[in-house]
Amino acid sequence: MAALCESFTLCGLGPSGGVGLGGGLLALEPGPDPDHVLLTDRGRTATLFKVSDQKPLGCWSVKHGQIITCPVVCNFETHEYIAVHDDKVLRIWKNEDTNLDKVFKATLSADVYRIHSLPNGGPVVLFKGGGVRTLDVLLEAPQQEIEKVISDEVIKWSEAFMEGQRLVLIFATEKDGDFFVYVQKLKMNTLHKYKLEQQELSKPMSFTAYIKNQIITLLCLYSNDSVYKVSIPLQQNTEEEEQILSKSLLLNLSLSGSILKGTSFVVLDKDHIAVLGSLAASGEESKECLTIWNTKFQTLQTSKELPLGTSGQLWCYEEKFFFTHGKVLTVVMYKCETSSLAAAVGKLKDSQATDMSSFVNWSTLGDEELVVSFQSQQSVALKSESRMTLRSKRNTVAKVQPDTLSVGQHLLNLKDASTTVFEDELRQLMSKAQMPDLQATIGCVITALINRCKTNPQYYPRNFLLQIVQTRDLSYSLCPDLMAVALEKKDVHLLQICLQRFPDIPEEITYACLKVFLSISEAYLQRIDVNLESVICYIDIEFNNKEVKSEIVENGFNTELEQDIWDTKVTKETHLMTEGEFCPVGPQKAALLNAVLHSAYSETFLLPHLKNLPAQQAVLFLRYLYYLYVKCSEKINTTLPGIHSPTINQIMDWMCLLLDAHFTVMVMLPEAKELLSDLHKFVRAQVRFYSELNKIEGSLRELQRLNRQKDSQIYSIEVLELI
Amino acid sequence: MGEFEVHRVRFFGLVPAGVRCLVCQPRGGRLALARTDGAVEVYNFAANYFQEKVIPGHEARSVEALCWAAGDRLFGAGLGGDITEYDLARLCAAHSVDGCGGPIWSMAANSSGTQLAIGCEDGSVKLFQVVPGGIQFERNLDRRKGRILCLSWHPSDTHIAAGSIDILRVFDVRSGQTVQRVMVNYHVQKVKRECIVWSIAFLSSGTVVTSDSFGRVQFWDWERGTLLESHTISTSAVLSLAVSEKEDSIIVGTSTGATYQFQLLPVKTGSLEKRWVRTKPFQHHTHDVRAVAHSSTALISGGLDAQLVIRPLMEKMQKKGYEAALRKFTFPHRRLVSCARKARLLLFQFSQHLELWRLGSTDETGDDGEVLPLRRMPEHLVQLKSKGPEHIYCSCVSPCGSWVSYSTASRFHLYRVQYEGDGVSVKKVPKVPKLLLPAYQLQFSSDSSSLFVASARGSVHVLQLLEPGGCKHLHTLQPPSGSPEAVYLLASSADGHWLAAVGGDWAIHIYNLKCFKHHCMVPMYSCAVTAVAIHPVTNNLVITYSDQQLFEFSIPEKQYTAWSRMVQNRGLHKVWLERDSPITHITFNPKNPSHILLHDIYMFCVLDKSLPLPDNSTLLMNQGTLKQLPETARQRQLHAFKICKKFQPLLFADLLDEKCLVMVERPIMDIKTQLPLPIQQKKFGT
Repeated sequence: MAALCESFTLCGLGPSGGVGLGGGLLALEPGPDPDHVLLTDRGRTATLFKVSDQKPLGCWSVKHGQIITCPVVCNFETHEYIAVHDDKVLRIWKNEDTNLDKVFKATLSADVYRIHSLPNGGPVVLFKGGGVRTLDVLLEAPQQEIEKVISDEVIKWSEAFMEGQRLVLIFATEKDGDFFVYVQKLKMNTLHKYKLEQQELSKPMSFTAYIKNQIITLLCLYSNDSVYKVSIPLQQNTEEEEQILSKSLLLNLSLSGSILKGTSFVVLDKDHIAVLGSLAASGEESKECLTIWNTKFQTLQTSKELPLGTSGQLWCYEEKFFFTHGKVLTVVMYKCETSSLAAAVGKLKDSQATDMSSFVNWSTLGDEELVVSFQSQQSVALKSESRMTLRSKRNTVAKVQPDTLSVGQHLLNLKDASTTVFEDELRQLMSKAQMPDLQATIGCVITALINRCKTNPQYYPRNFLLQIVQTRDLSYSLCPDLMAVALEKKDVHLLQICLQRFPDIPEEITYACLKVFLSISEAYLQRIDVNLESVICYIDIEFNNKEVKSEIVENGFNTELEQDIWDTKVTKETHLMTEGEFCPVGPQKAALLNAVLHSAYSETFLLPHLKNLPAQQAVLFLRYLYYLYVKCSEKINTTLPGIHSPTINQIMDWMCLLLDAHFTVMVMLPEAKELLSDLHKFVRAQVRFYSELNKIEGSLRELQRLNRQKDSQIYSIEVLELI
Repeated sequence: MGEFEVHRVRFFGLVPAGVRCLVCQPRGGRLALARTDGAVEVYNFAANYFQEKVIPGHEARSVEALCWAAGDRLFGAGLGGDITEYDLARLCAAHSVDGCGGPIWSMAANSSGTQLAIGCEDGSVKLFQVVPGGIQFERNLDRRKGRILCLSWHPSDTHIAAGSIDILRVFDVRSGQTVQRVMVNYHVQKVKRECIVWSIAFLSSGTVVTSDSFGRVQFWDWERGTLLESHTISTSAVLSLAVSEKEDSIIVGTSTGATYQFQLLPVKTGSLEKRWVRTKPFQHHTHDVRAVAHSSTALISGGLDAQLVIRPLMEKMQKKGYEAALRKFTFPHRRLVSCARKARLLLFQFSQHLELWRLGSTDETGDDGEVLPLRRMPEHLVQLKSKGPEHIYCSCVSPCGSWVSYSTASRFHLYRVQYEGDGVSVKKVPKVPKLLLPAYQLQFSSDSSSLFVASARGSVHVLQLLEPGGCKHLHTLQPPSGSPEAVYLLASSADGHWLAAVGGDWAIHIYNLKCFKHHCMVPMYSCAVTAVAIHPVTNNLVITYSDQQLFEFSIPEKQYTAWSRMVQNRGLHKVWLERDSPITHITFNPKNPSHILLHDIYMFCVLDKSLPLPDNSTLLMNQGTLKQLPETARQRQLHAFKICKKFQPLLFADLLDEKCLVMVERPIMDIKTQLPLPIQQKKFGT
């Protein structure tokens, strides 16, 4: 549940910064450090505040007659402040500067709309004509000519993101009631223009956006009191024509009987947005209030009345809302926890427990996860981009009412499309919010991809597949050919992810994976990105680390319990089992084998396949299992550290299975001889130890039985002392 | 205080009979209970659910149905085909009338208590008029085939609903005609099994509630014959059903031992539309719950596992206290064991036989908690079987062990037991005097020279025992003002001077045995007496009541003792008062006159009058704490109540000599093993 917490006043506002439209502040931007904000008013002044102390740290003004036209931002790399006054005059200064007249000044050739500054990217200047320059480029030649991208359109809103290492700027413009969205990728220097789908009788009033998984999600607050959601895939190859963006309703800001007239809003997390507006019930005077809505359940979570009125502006940084309330700037803290039905009924398991992969996660079916922040997402850049050629093949299908077509038809239409267009379309298909049967759609998408792979042996969208498998809860049966193709292409990373995530892999495929993993060379694996989280906690990176070794010798048994009895034997035995101490395979291979150990299987079906494993590989695998076994036994609880590391039972089961399948071969094989004998010795020692435990358990049980027996006697003479 | 050598006896093989029916007295504070062996018991709500009256069973007199009529008259009917009225003052069957319809399965009284309806094996429903001194057959209602298993009157007395196999019928009482006939398994497709309507209730709204062998509780509109609601609550039969007086709550019992409460609740808060909702499930029993009752404040259930469970409805409780506690009664509130202290014998009373045992012995001594090796094992000396169908009312063994006596409803037996070496010979005393029977309590004098027989109308017979094996009626003691109630507790003084007798009206009369005169009466107290005993040295009478109060009355001075007044002033410890089972036996230690030994089912207590009373802030059961304290620190912590909870459930405890106790336990598990297997229920994961 989201909740509004305590509030406090950050500062009082001058006469210009008051209530009502046109009043208020120019902007509030994050300051150079956490807990700092930069406030720019509509006059001549910018002030830096430390929020928690409610204290101004610095204040800068331009001369009389000048006016700041663009909010002051902070260059996070150089800790300088940047402002524009009188549309064209750029000023840059540092904390210690007091007089803005004396700081760096550059007069530009065009009017600036806004400067965007991101923590890990330099500032970007957006001109009113739609031109974009990074500050660095601009400072090299301040008078350089700035192209006019938009003619009569007026920029209404803009926002910048980091996507991987690239800066992406998005801005919305208006012309004669039509709204356009531009997406500018700075380093690529590409600009896409989209047209927002028309909405009768209402127009967008406020925008906000976030980026995730290469998809920009634009949220628009419309004048009909609804919030709409628009997905814009970043991977866009068709450049020349403006496309129409279709929107979907995210939230209707109406409560029973009353309607929230929103003026501005921010996204809090994947399920929550905050809206500032006035709540008007029929026949009553409207009240301004700050509200938090849950978009998943379409509910109003909390609200706070603001009787003194606001300027209609709302900012949100570091879990705090900032808005003008009466004649002051108010800060309200909030808490916003992920909402789920399980949490609502108190049945939420802790996140550790939900780690087990579930086949269909219904809660994520309808929506991809949203995260609002500047933090860069795991970048899954497409390798295919370099091959991207500008194609002018127009894709009419996607544009003309894409929603009315079924997924199957859609895929059929794409059958002959070019690779890049094809991938784009699939991406778009998957980005569709509120698809009723997303899971099935993804299945179709993967099947389409795989079919293309089959027909075109050169084609293999490695990263795209990886992305789909990683982000969606899929199963083997939903995309049966995926693993087969991956096996063919030896895409071990994808196979690893599949083994970890799919609950229903047939034993034949599990075996095939095992075989591939064992046969692949270590040198080749070194170059490949494999998820190592299952091995990183226990594998010995340095093989000749003496210290580690001695520790193993000590901990190879549970010393406390058996020291007295086993002292002599242990030392003897441990010398012999040094073989088992080194990991016989590299960490990458170990991680892959762990994925196999982790997968579900049925012995009866696996055994026939396992018999086909070449003897050398079987020995290697057994050696690795033996190594794991020894590692496990180091600890009293016989578990390996780390995430997804194999359990002792999985190890023992596979070991038995492997010995069952290859026993005769192993016996004949000279190189297996020593391994088997070591294994035998180790197992024997363990058996002895456990039989000793068995004895203790037996005695304890006997003790308990005696106790009970005493109770069941029908007659006894006992001594009772009363004090 | 000291160490005791405790003879821990677990060979009393008592298996209490299962509960067959339960019925609350309308607008009254009593609960009547019938057991499968035909015994009828009455519990008094006001006296902390004390088991006030017991009418022992009779082999030929099974009870299938009980009902209160005409106020406080109790009627029972059973498979013997008779309707029996019970005399609750004399604690016996008063008179019986043949129902003339074969075995009787059900009986119900109308709301005014003037008419009884019985449901018979032959399918007839018969009406009887309740008249002074008995009942009179009135007429038959419309007869159809199929035994009538349950009956219920409409509160307006105009209609009767009757449940049978596969069918329920509604009779018009005036015309005697069947006015409605409902097939209860009509809705179930292709049923091969027959559906037995086990229990029925007719609500004033015209709704008929049935519970049946398919595990359903169903609500019917009797006029239309339509099903209103059906709740399947169990896979096995729902055997019993009871409705609260306000008709807003129903309790049902199932054959899996579970009971459920249904409540009539508004569909929404504030809404007028109400529905029956299954609200609370309880699993207090392991076997069939054959009987349930709904008092104004509690749900009551009785099962074949012999347990009577009283579960108070918390919403009806004003405060937490004695009333609000869940209570389970498995054992009778009176003692079935008597002890011959000198001879170290125990006499166990079963429903139709007695067992005489000699305790074992040991030579060793030991520390607290130690089990001592036995020198001699306990010995089963004699089993005395009572002839005839009547069950035993009471029994007693004399302190010297040479006399054993017991009484049934119509016969009184006295035996002379002689021990020759290892052999035992039992000789029946011929020609016992004709007494007013049955006897409700027997008590030998401490020198074994006379026997006191508690009898009806407040009288106590004094018999003189004669060597080598005879007896003579000496005198009959009677309260001067007379009393209709039977005497159910006796206590005689060690010096043979005094006898205290407690009647069913809870009056305690004290007689002087030297001159056979009424000495005095203990001031009346508004609660049932659970145990009395006379101190061997001081001749103080110690009395415990079912509200856990404790009084000491000096017989020579005819007044409460100073200590008793002090106890009443200070008040007893809260924990003591909140115990839920009555003290059933009091005894003394002659060597230590300040000690009173008492016990209930769950604890044994030595009350040391010389020590200060505990107040509510101190720990009442402090033995465990004391044992951990050093000797010096103990002194400050001591208080009068020395409680031991080691022996449970404790049926009897007595002092054999100064340092020797006998404790008779009956572990519940041992009873469970005697019961038939409960219905197997599949539990998840097994």
